[in-house]
Amino acid sequence: MPFEPEHRRRYIIHMYTTELQKSAKIENLEDPKLLEAFEARVAADEFIEPKDWMPEAYRRTLTRQISQHAHSEIVGMLPEGNWITRAPSLRRKAILLAKVQDEAGHGLYLYCAAETLGTSREQMIEALHSGKAKYSTIFNYPTLTWADIGAIGWLVDGAAIMNQVPLQRTSYGPYARAMVRVCKEESFHQRQGYEIMIALANGTAEQKRMAQDAFNRWWWPSLMMFGPPDENSPNTAQSMRWRIKRETNDELRQKFVDITVPQADFLSLTVPDPQLKWNEEKGGYDFGEIDWEEFYAVVRGEGPVAKERMKARRDAWQDGAWVREAAAVHEEKRRARKAA
Amino acid sequence: MTQRSPAKAEGKERVGAAVAAFWAPAFAGERLDFRTDYLLRLGDDALVLGQRVGEWCGHGPVLEVDISLANLALDLIGQATLLLGESGDGDKLAFHRDVLDFRNCLLVEQPNGDFAQTIARHLLYTIWQHMLLQRLQQSSDQFLREFAHKAVKEVAYHRELASEWTIRLGDGTEESAQRMADGLEWNWRFIPELFEVDEGLQQAIDAGIAVDPRSFEEEYRAAIAAVLAQAQLEAPADQRPILGGRQGHHSEHLGHLLAVMQFLPRAYSDAKW
Repeated sequence: MPFEPEHRRRYIIHMYTTELQKSAKIENLEDPKLLEAFEARVAADEFIEPKDWMPEAYRRTLTRQISQHAHSEIVGMLPEGNWITRAPSLRRKAILLAKVQDEAGHGLYLYCAAETLGTSREQMIEALHSGKAKYSTIFNYPTLTWADIGAIGWLVDGAAIMNQVPLQRTSYGPYARAMVRVCKEESFHQRQGYEIMIALANGTAEQKRMAQDAFNRWWWPSLMMFGPPDENSPNTAQSMRWRIKRETNDELRQKFVDITVPQADFLSLTVPDPQLKWNEEKGGYDFGEIDWEEFYAVVRGEGPVAKERMKARRDAWQDGAWVREAAAVHEEKRRARKAA
Repeated sequence: MTQRSPAKAEGKERVGAAVAAFWAPAFAGERLDFRTDYLLRLGDDALVLGQRVGEWCGHGPVLEVDISLANLALDLIGQATLLLGESGDGDKLAFHRDVLDFRNCLLVEQPNGDFAQTIARHLLYTIWQHMLLQRLQQSSDQFLREFAHKAVKEVAYHRELASEWTIRLGDGTEESAQRMADGLEWNWRFIPELFEVDEGLQQAIDAGIAVDPRSFEEEYRAAIAAVLAQAQLEAPADQRPILGGRQGHHSEHLGHLLAVMQFLPRAYSDAKW
């Protein structure tokens, strides 16, 4: 990975650890001319590259967003990984393995993209394990039946695509390019999920029950994936201006509902929202109030399986410490032998 | 099949009598033709090992390892799909047989243990599989020839990966070397089974469709020794061979593996997924 020069890196690391307290002051130190030139480039839809000057708040916001995205991919391997050993056919097993492997790959590109901003993968992982960094709330819900694998592909990956397609045009070059690859694979994920749902919806009474139950449990958390409503999303305006984000949370959420409801109809599944109604005037669905208390509780780490997810990640990291150490020591020995 | 392969291979006395050698085959009642039997042996190896390696998904020591382990599992499940599909209804064979009808070797069903134990198992199996597939490309059976031609490329990568990790761990820290040695020690007793030739396999060899594993036992031993030398590891002492997998008599581990793997199709036997 290309790293920032040493002096700059240390500065950023320091900033990273004190992000919350210092942010206001740092902004004031920015050179207004540089800032103006930067804003103009972004407004002209130019890509910002790792070596370019950027405001520290932009760097910080992106580091937070990309690393959260990477963590979500990695934690997101767990709920689906839970069913790899129990996939009901050879074909389903191979597809699920490939999908979870893609997620590991996405995590890797994203950590690499975030590293170009000057924070190392180790630091990001540490922040995840200490609970300081967040990941998508959706992965704090359990996968109870095989239908959950279908529902995740269909709804969660469907929502993720909705979020990520605009990010292919995000202003930071490495992130945008990572998103191009990620989006190609996500659409395959979404299709495989929907295909599982089709099989279940056309299956036995027990399979239909599984499908409806999974839909009931994943619907609302999927809508929450777009984040708080616009009036409560303090970062949205700045992120839109910097072209880090290109559509607001509520716009994306509405799009998702409008696309997904007919898909549920096709499966003869009932959307678990009695207030859901087509609104001719706006050309979209009206839907019920999202339980934001639930969302914020999960953000705080109180999701139904948040403890399990974090424990699984920490355990894998701790159990693998001796492997990483051995690989590093071996590499050193090899280099020393080569030099001798 | 009541006769076991010779207790001697390449003129070398095996260590002690093989455990389970006195057992009659589990499926003596329903003999398969030797081609189907051979397909199932290779297919079950791939399926069971793929299932084992798949257990790692999301829990690897580092992201890159997670990705490579998923690659191994994917290749193996793909191979199992082809081999079981050629011997019948692949899903029915994978999900509706019990232990007595599985023909995989005991090595592949061994538990993952720590990462070193997983790598040790993979090294011992994959070098065997690679040498077998190299030769299977000359099989008189068109399917097996084509299968081998495709799979040998995948397995060459598995062999490289397992060898590299064995070397890294063996020649890494004191702890990793000890863990690697323990992993080899656990799996070592299952090597002789890989070179067993029973009546069914002999028929397949005579028909020119199967490879006689004894033809590459020496090469196998030398290849393992070469990796261990690079890894600065001693080969474990030969142990009393444990046999029986090819005849449907497995370790206790396989039943648990199948219970997990087969749960859905067994619980909902009329469902399609």
